Amino acid sequence: MSTRFATPTLRLSVEQYQRIVAHCYDGLPDEACGLLAGPMPAGEPTGYVSAVYPCRNADASARTYTVDSRDLLHAMRAAEASGNELVGVWHSHTHTDAYPSDTDVRQAVDPAWIYVLVSLKDGEPVLRAYRIRDGRIAETQVVLERR
Amino acid sequence: MPVEVRLPTLLRPHTDGAATVTAEGATVGEVFSDLTSRYPGLADQLVDADGNLHRFVNVYCNDDDIRYLDQLDTKVDNGDVISILPAVAGG
Repeated sequence: MSTRFATPTLRLSVEQYQRIVAHCYDGLPDEACGLLAGPMPAGEPTGYVSAVYPCRNADASARTYTVDSRDLLHAMRAAEASGNELVGVWHSHTHTDAYPSDTDVRQAVDPAWIYVLVSLKDGEPVLRAYRIRDGRIAETQVVLERR
Repeated sequence: MPVEVRLPTLLRPHTDGAATVTAEGATVGEVFSDLTSRYPGLADQLVDADGNLHRFVNVYCNDDDIRYLDQLDTKVDNGDVISILPAVAGG
């Protein structure tokens, strides 16, 4: 099976990483979610993340999430105002691994997006990133950068 | 009357890559009809077989979610901005 669609590497600043993880802990006991912005030339993200937008989980659930649509609207406006696009979404799994669930795969909205999972099931958070296309999952590398 | 319609990246292949298009109509539904007459690929993405707003999209007229207004019958004014957003969800 080709995993070519797994590229590109997700590049987060240390501060962005910390913000994502903090938002996930803040959301407990529910799942937390947010959006990633970055350049998207020709409809494909480069992997560089220019901004992260913590959002409300409209489901207020420990098992599912829906990004609050108003938060999504504001994130999309902010991303586009800075010359970027929304390039992905992150959410937490409070008691399972940082791997897309069947629901995540079924509801994956955009094959170009990068899907970030943060597991809080152990003492240390685990953040991993994926592409999801046509029901297939491919993991992408994650690099933390000092900017 | 002309309104601006903003599309998410996912739908832009249907509008020749345009992020923003102008469309005419007195309601959101009319604007969508105008839009889909010019960009037929959008038809299945916006409205379901029963003619209702697809549950996988959210539509805002300026800062208001049209699900809490009059849905596709929501009136639009000259210069309004309609934003089409994907429903982003999982488990």
